[in-house]
Order: sequence, then structure tokens, then C-alpha cells
Amino acid sequence: MSSDVFNSCNLPINDQACISLGHGSGGKLSSNLINEFFLPYLGNEILNELEDASVVTLNQDNIAVSIDSFVVNPIFFPGGNIGSLSVHGTINDLAVRGAKPLFIAASFIMEEGFLLEDLTKIIQAMQLACRQNNVKLITADTKVVNKGDCDKIFITTSGIGLVTANDIPSVSKAKVNNNILVSGDIGRHGMAIMATREEFELESTIESDSASLYSLINLILASDIQVNCLRDITRGGLATVLNEIAMASGIGIVIDESQIPIQTNVAALGEILGIDPLYIACEGRFVAVVDEIRAQDLLAIMHSHPLGTNAAIIGKVVDDPDNNVIAKTIIGGSRLVDTLLFDELPRIC
Amino acid sequence: MCLAIPGIIEEIYMQDDITMAKVNFQGIKRSVCLAYLTDINIGDYVLVHVGFALKKLSHIDFINANKLINVDSELN
Amino acid sequence: MEVLRPFRDEIKAKSLIDNIKALTTKPVNIMEVCGGQTHTILKYGIEDLLPENIKLLHGPGCPVCVTSLEAIDMAINISLNKDVIFCTYGDMLRVPGSSMDLFKAKALGANLKIVYSPLDALKVALANPCKNIVFFAIGFETTAPANAMLILQAKKLNLKNFFVLCHEVLVPPIIASLLESKESNVQAFLGPGHVCSVMGLHEYEHLVHNYQLPIVVTGFEPLDILEGIYACVQQLNNNGVRLENQYTRAVTQDGNIPAQQAIKDVFEVCDRKWRGLGFIPKSGLSLNSQFKDFDATIKFKVDNLDIQESKECISGEILRGLKKPYECEFFGTKCTPLNPLGATMVSSEGACSAYYKYRQSKLTASP
Ligand code: SF4
Repeated sequence: MSSDVFNSCNLPINDQACISLGHGSGGKLSSNLINEFFLPYLGNEILNELEDASVVTLNQDNIAVSIDSFVVNPIFFPGGNIGSLSVHGTINDLAVRGAKPLFIAASFIMEEGFLLEDLTKIIQAMQLACRQNNVKLITADTKVVNKGDCDKIFITTSGIGLVTANDIPSVSKAKVNNNILVSGDIGRHGMAIMATREEFELESTIESDSASLYSLINLILASDIQVNCLRDITRGGLATVLNEIAMASGIGIVIDESQIPIQTNVAALGEILGIDPLYIACEGRFVAVVDEIRAQDLLAIMHSHPLGTNAAIIGKVVDDPDNNVIAKTIIGGSRLVDTLLFDELPRIC
Repeated sequence: MCLAIPGIIEEIYMQDDITMAKVNFQGIKRSVCLAYLTDINIGDYVLVHVGFALKKLSHIDFINANKLINVDSELN
Repeated sequence: MEVLRPFRDEIKAKSLIDNIKALTTKPVNIMEVCGGQTHTILKYGIEDLLPENIKLLHGPGCPVCVTSLEAIDMAINISLNKDVIFCTYGDMLRVPGSSMDLFKAKALGANLKIVYSPLDALKVALANPCKNIVFFAIGFETTAPANAMLILQAKKLNLKNFFVLCHEVLVPPIIASLLESKESNVQAFLGPGHVCSVMGLHEYEHLVHNYQLPIVVTGFEPLDILEGIYACVQQLNNNGVRLENQYTRAVTQDGNIPAQQAIKDVFEVCDRKWRGLGFIPKSGLSLNSQFKDFDATIKFKVDNLDIQESKECISGEILRGLKKPYECEFFGTKCTPLNPLGATMVSSEGACSAYYKYRQSKLTASP
């Protein structure tokens, strides 16, 4: 049988001609997919910016629009469920563009046999998340597919927000000598999901960091501090966000590894599975880039908010034509921090 | 691949005639096979590789990191 | 990890580095045997902290990288059987076989299960009596006791639907084979700490004796590595030819005797082909006659594949310490972790992949 298997599949090594899970990892493969397949056909001056949410001007108002799909497995995880996640994720995409989230649209794809009891829990979580953030779900759609055609439930949410910030933070506005801040400890969401994978048989106390960032970001934008970039950390983790900022702003970034906040159990799971928390998804954390003289003030504002208690200044922007992100390691060495290439993780968001 | 990390034994039990333990790695717990070690008690540190405890570790080792070379005395 | 923090201490690292600098007067080539050590060296940026005349060579100690192309093809082959659940460590999924990797096999319908521990594969077998469960038993002596226990348990439980594809490899024969070669430029070795936790120090004493060069059995934390390097340099300065044990917290003279016994009970030493390095006599473990029923190559008749490695990949020279990854003309261009030509570009412990991940910038700066 050996020969016919290989003859029937005459593929070159690692041929990428079909979609692989890596294309959904949020790393390099995902960006290749967007740049090579989507932008050539669908690209325009707004989409090409590749921001978390796009800002368009209608009747002199700046409106932020975002969309995101949620396919997390398991749908219930420590610290949240797919419903709360889908509302938080969209609110966060709007908030990091300096917008006040106002409306959400949602689409639900459900698998035949999916329990109504579970659906209820998910909808209740969405209700709570909408209420807490003063957003209204204004339109929705439901579809049901045959058993096996999707896994339990997939949710897509789109959001609309009104941009209140005068100078809209953008991934391309980081400047040399700016400081880099992270709003809290990293990697909890992805690790919480990972710990639930049955094959690892782990017992963990890690809870997802899934949360709405709007109130914290609003506090920052209402202050007199001019924040150059805000970007929420999702798939691909902190490392990928830093690389996106470096590329889009045409600068380099140096971070101090010892300053990056990571919960002990998250670090421990990283050691057990041999995974670097820098590449693990968060769902309630963001990176802020600010002029160095205002960094301490910004940090103080973050620390004053329950979602920012573990915020830290982790590095600064440097001049680097190669747009590298370099980490100073805890023993004083240095290494490159590349974008996530791919991961072997389950669906985490 | 030869990744092995230290954890603390929290519980010892038998499963299919082999001695197993629940090991706590700083908040993450997993079952680990103890078949290759003797004289292990709750509270001991063990070095774990792919779900197997390979060596009991003494607490002292963690306090006295680097003892092959006594850096300070050599510097003076 | 909190308990490991003492072994990652910046101040101690600095003073060790100062000591190493003070001691290093002539160029030395030190090879770390184990892929886990390679990973630590690059992840913590240790190479750049060392004096320039210390050259670290990254040895063949990543089991993912040295698993032969034939074994990968066999794995893919077996996994594509409809009634098979193929259990493997996650690192193996992206290793290129001759026409695809296991990930591709998964896209073609193979039922793959990533396991953390070999015993997890046993649970899969018990839970799926109508399927054939195959476990890809790779690894060095560190992993062999775990794989042995798996097979002993499978026998005890009288499992008829459980098989292993065995590609265990041994460290001492590969060190010997590197040193036999005339081209070898290795002057001292950092020995494989976790392998020695299992096997003890005896085999390495023989190597030191036979080849007259220092071996320092070393751990995996940054301070362990620095201590190991320090001890090597010290010996080289004094023309020392000794076995030293830096990793005393995990390695004893005799190692883990019950684990060694289990290895003997289940396996026998065999000749083995290493990816990039070719056949090395007595360098592997295969199931002994009592356990042949569990041999997946017999059950699935996939023996005797003979496949040629890509001519472009020079991973063999890298594994022997003759070249650094960036000296490969395809490094970072035609060969990247997204599109690896050789196995050393795949595993996070593979030298090419570790260089790609952690050192690209340095390379573009100094071609
Ligand atoms: S860079 Fe790629 S082709 Fe070159 S030796 Fe490494 S694995 Fe082989």
C-alpha cells in the first residue's frame, strides 16, 4: 500500500495549496492569506490599513466598524463562554480605535442537535456583556446546518462605534523613543483554553482574561495623554501585535522580557507544553504606545482601573530599518521575537 | 523533546497496577507515572518528562543553584 | 517557572560570563548534544554573551530532527489507514516526509491525536476497541522508559488493537560516530542532562576515555549551560580529559536503574538510520522478540521503504557541527519553518528553526 498512497497524492513537501489550520492562527500564514488572496481582489484604501476596526466618515462623524467570527472550542471555558467572548471581542476592536461601541450585529451558525440549554447560557452571557457596556444588539441572523457541518455553534459579531478621540490611535503611529505598555498579564485566554484540551489531561486554575476593554480605554482617551497606538492582543499574542506595530510604523521595538507580566500558572503551563506565552492569545489585554514622558502617567491611569492592575511598561520604540522586535532576555542576552508563524493550538477564539 | 520540569507530588495512587501521582507544577496539575522511582512521598519534588517522574529532586538543589562553580569565591 | 528562577538569575549569569571571559584565551569549539540545550542557548541569547572565540556547535540531540525520512513516511502511510488513530507528540506533525508531513495527512483524512504522555495513547486504545491505535515512539534514552512502560502495560492489558512505530535512538553511539569522523572539530561536549538522569554517567566515562576529550553533563537552564561551558573551558585550558557532572540535581552516577531495566525488558539495541547522518551501528532501540506483536511496521507492512533525502538540505553537516544553519544557502530563503526543507527547520529544538526564530536579525546584519 505504501506506493499507492504517495502516488495518489503527488504533492510537493508542505504544499500550501489548500487552507490549513495555520491560516487561521493569526500568525504569518494568516497575513499571507490576507495579503495574497483577499487584498488583491477586495482591497481598498480603508481595508488595506488592516486595523482592528476601520474608521469611516459619514456626515462628519467618524464611525468605527469591525467584524469578527468566534469558533472557540470548548464553547464554555473558565472565565467565559463563546457568547461573552463574541461581544467583548467586537467591543475591544472598536475601543482600540478610540470609538465608543454603540451597536452590535450578530450571526449564529448552529449545528443540528446543539442543546437549547447551552444556547440559552450563551445568549444570557451576551445579554450581560451588552448591558455592562451599554451596547445594543440591533440585528441578528440564525442558521442551522447538518450535524457535523459545524462544531456546536459559531458566532460572528460586527460592531459600530462612534469615534470620540480627536487623534485616532493607529498601529502605524509609533515613534522612536515611545514607550510600550501592556495593560495586564498576558497569555491567559489561550492557556485557559489549552488547559481544557482533554488529551493533555491537565487540571488548571487559569481563567480566561476575556473582558471588555472599553471602560479602561475610555479612561485613557478621556485623559490628556496622547496615545499613539492601541492594539488589543488576540491570536498570535503579544509578540505578533508588537511585530504588527513595528511593521506598520516602520520602526523597531526592544522589550525587556523581565518586565512582561505573566501569571505563574500561565508560565508553568508554557514550560510544561514547551510553548512561549508571548505567542498566546489574550482576549482582554491591549498594547499602548505613548511618548516616553507620559508613560508613567499612562501607567498610573491603567493601575487605577481593575482591568489594568498588572499593567507594565515593557519596552520602547527604536530606530530600525528592519522593523525587528528584540527581547532583552532575563539573563541579559538578546533575541529576536518574530511574528507567530503558525500554531498547533485548538480553536481559541 | 527532552523537556523535563520539576513539580511537587500532591497525591499518590494506583492505576492499572502502576503507581501514579498527581503532580502540581505551580498551579497546573497532571497525573504522572511514578513507577521508576522508589521512596516518594507527598510533598517531594520530582523531575517529570512526558508524564513520567525520572528523578527525585531535593529542595536544597533549588536554593543552592550553581554549586559546581562557586562564582563569588573565584571572583575574589 | 518560580522554582527555576534561581537558575535564570541575571547577576549570577553575569559573573559566570565574566569568569568564562577571564578564562578563555584561545578559540574553543563546544558542542551541546541536546536540542533542549540548543533551545535554551538561543532563547536566552547566550551565544552573544560569550567571548567571540567560544563557538557553540549544535549537536544531533533533537529526536524530532533525526527521525529518518523513512520513519516519517511510514508514519504518514500508517496514519492514512482508515481504521487507524495515530498518536504522536505534537512536534512530529510538521516534519517533512518525502511527499508530505503528518499535518497534510490529517488534511487528507488521517485521524491524528496529539499526546502529552505515551500512557495517554493507551487510554485512546482502551476507549476505541474497534480502531487500531498506533503510537509514534520516538525519543532518546530520556523518553525510552516512558515508551517501555507503555508497551509493558499494553501487554499486561492484552491489547490487540495497539501498536508502536518505534524510532528510539541512543546518544553515546552518535557522539562516538561524530568523533570517529576525521572532520570533527568538537573539542568538548555539554552532555545530555536528562538522558543521563536515566542512564547515569558510565557510558560517558567511556566516551571521555576513548576519545580523550572533556564531557560535562549539563542541565537545561541558562545558568546550567553557562556552568557547563565554564567547566569545559577550564578543562580545555588545563588539558583536562574528565567527565564532569554539572547537573547534579538531576543526574547521579548510576542513573535511574528501574528505568534502565524497563528499557532492557522491552527493547533491544539495533542499527538505525539517522536523518542527515545516515546509518549508525547500534544506535537505536527496537522492540525485542517478546513484543514484536506490537510492532506497527509488521502489522501495517511498511518496512523497507528507502527514500532519498533532499539534496539541498545540509542538516547532516549542521548536526555534525561542521556548519552553522546560516551557512546553508537555503536558510531563511527557500527553507523556513513555514516551508521546511529539512527536519532541523521544524522542531523548536532543531538548530535551523531555533536560529530562524531567535536570530534572523543578527544574520541580516552580518551576512
Ligand atoms: S536551513 Fe533548511 S535546508 Fe538548510 S540545513 Fe537547515 S533544514 Fe536543511
